[in-house]
Amino acid sequence: MRDIAVVASMQRQEPSIDNESEVEYMVPLMHGVKESIGITQADVGFTCSGSSDFIAGQAFSFVMTVDGANPVPPISESHVEMDGAWALYEAWVKMQMGEVDIALIYGYSKSSGGSLRDVLATQMDPYYVAPLWPDAFAIEALAARQMIESGKVSLERLAEVASRSREHAANNPHAVRTAQKSVADIMAESPIMDPLRPSDIPASADGGCALILAAGDRAKELCERPAWIKGIDHRTDAHTLGVRDLTTSMSARIAGEKAGVGNDKVDFAELYAPFTTSEVLLTDALGLGDDTVINPSGGTLGAHTMMASGLIRIAEAAQRITNGDGDRAVATAGSGPNLQQNLVCVLEGE
Amino acid sequence: MVEDSTSDVLRAPLTLEYPFTRTTGPVVGGFLTGLREGMVLGAKRADGTVMCPPLEYDPITSDAITELVEIGQSGTVTTWTWNGEPRKQQPFGQPFAWAMITLDGADTPMLHGVFVEGPDDMSTGMRVTVQWREEREGHIADIAGFVPEGQE
Repeated sequence: MRDIAVVASMQRQEPSIDNESEVEYMVPLMHGVKESIGITQADVGFTCSGSSDFIAGQAFSFVMTVDGANPVPPISESHVEMDGAWALYEAWVKMQMGEVDIALIYGYSKSSGGSLRDVLATQMDPYYVAPLWPDAFAIEALAARQMIESGKVSLERLAEVASRSREHAANNPHAVRTAQKSVADIMAESPIMDPLRPSDIPASADGGCALILAAGDRAKELCERPAWIKGIDHRTDAHTLGVRDLTTSMSARIAGEKAGVGNDKVDFAELYAPFTTSEVLLTDALGLGDDTVINPSGGTLGAHTMMASGLIRIAEAAQRITNGDGDRAVATAGSGPNLQQNLVCVLEGE
Repeated sequence: MVEDSTSDVLRAPLTLEYPFTRTTGPVVGGFLTGLREGMVLGAKRADGTVMCPPLEYDPITSDAITELVEIGQSGTVTTWTWNGEPRKQQPFGQPFAWAMITLDGADTPMLHGVFVEGPDDMSTGMRVTVQWREEREGHIADIAGFVPEGQE
């Protein structure tokens, strides 16, 4: 396997980005991340993006963003209708083939134009579920009640996750939910979708993230302490809710094993956990213990930009390694109802 | 120069559509046709368990599944949440509970709505029964919702 590392990243997340299109706010990130390490699009061998036409409300919306990448003369590029973390995975595979040394990856969405929790009903089974329009909070609430009634988690533990995420988010300039709340404050919240409370749900944001991967010596030239990808894997559970055990995550467990999460200590983990319940599922599935700091950025409970949040988890983990805050980290990305699909990435500094 | 003011932003309605029709095939189509006739069908897996609603394949073994069997119209709630303010696209037209319901004769739960006065009337393990819509067309909403057993 080739050694491939994250060498730079740049993000923007705000509750609502008004009067700028996705392209307009992504161009400064796509070019800024290259400028930050002194490269241009001519140095980039592969460009790969993740976004959603359903959220943009327009077919082939990603093509206009590619235009913003400086694709003249023609560039090699690809797009996934998924979180940017899967664009990173595609780029990593392409780099393993040995023909590309530097890749630009970005993911973004501006969901404030509609009601994201309702738009997400369109990802459900089109015959049996989507016509009933269960919104994303309701679908997670069904899993949350099962987790609570089976003794897997308590409302207090979920409140602890929410309170700690707010505490961490206060130190993250990109977080959008930074008001501090104690466990007691959160326990006193009225449910938004019983048993989920406002602090249990994702902090929806508009924005995006751009990131550069580089291989071998090129990575060392571009970054003083690259965050090397030591393992990366993604798995999916069944689409139908009724045939899954919603109180565990088989896909995250298998992806974590394949990526080698348990091979050594984990200093910190950036988990794609839109709900407090999702974080509990993931920490269990990945076998993370008390010695691992969970979501030092505040995670998706601090800022959740659909289609970019997974890529941002990788960027946050990599930046901390580059800064020397730790030596080994886990980042995850997720997709689908109740974390149906999970990508797990292990990053290490030298 | 255009002034940076929201009043200058042009606005137009946008309706997202999926303008295709699909045939539903023998399994999904069989289930939906059953609903039209007032029957609930499940798919029998190789190990003898029954999935309802039926999938065309076994989620564990990936085997194709074609045998449909009629199952009961009452079942047990395995989890639920209260939807106090119906969202505009939802076909229920009143506050309701979302529930996963394992029908008698099935081994997996299905998602649907339960009509009760409020969340205090809901509990995991409660028994509910199908309430059919009068005019049915072969659609998941041919089941208007479920009601507590004995209140149909």
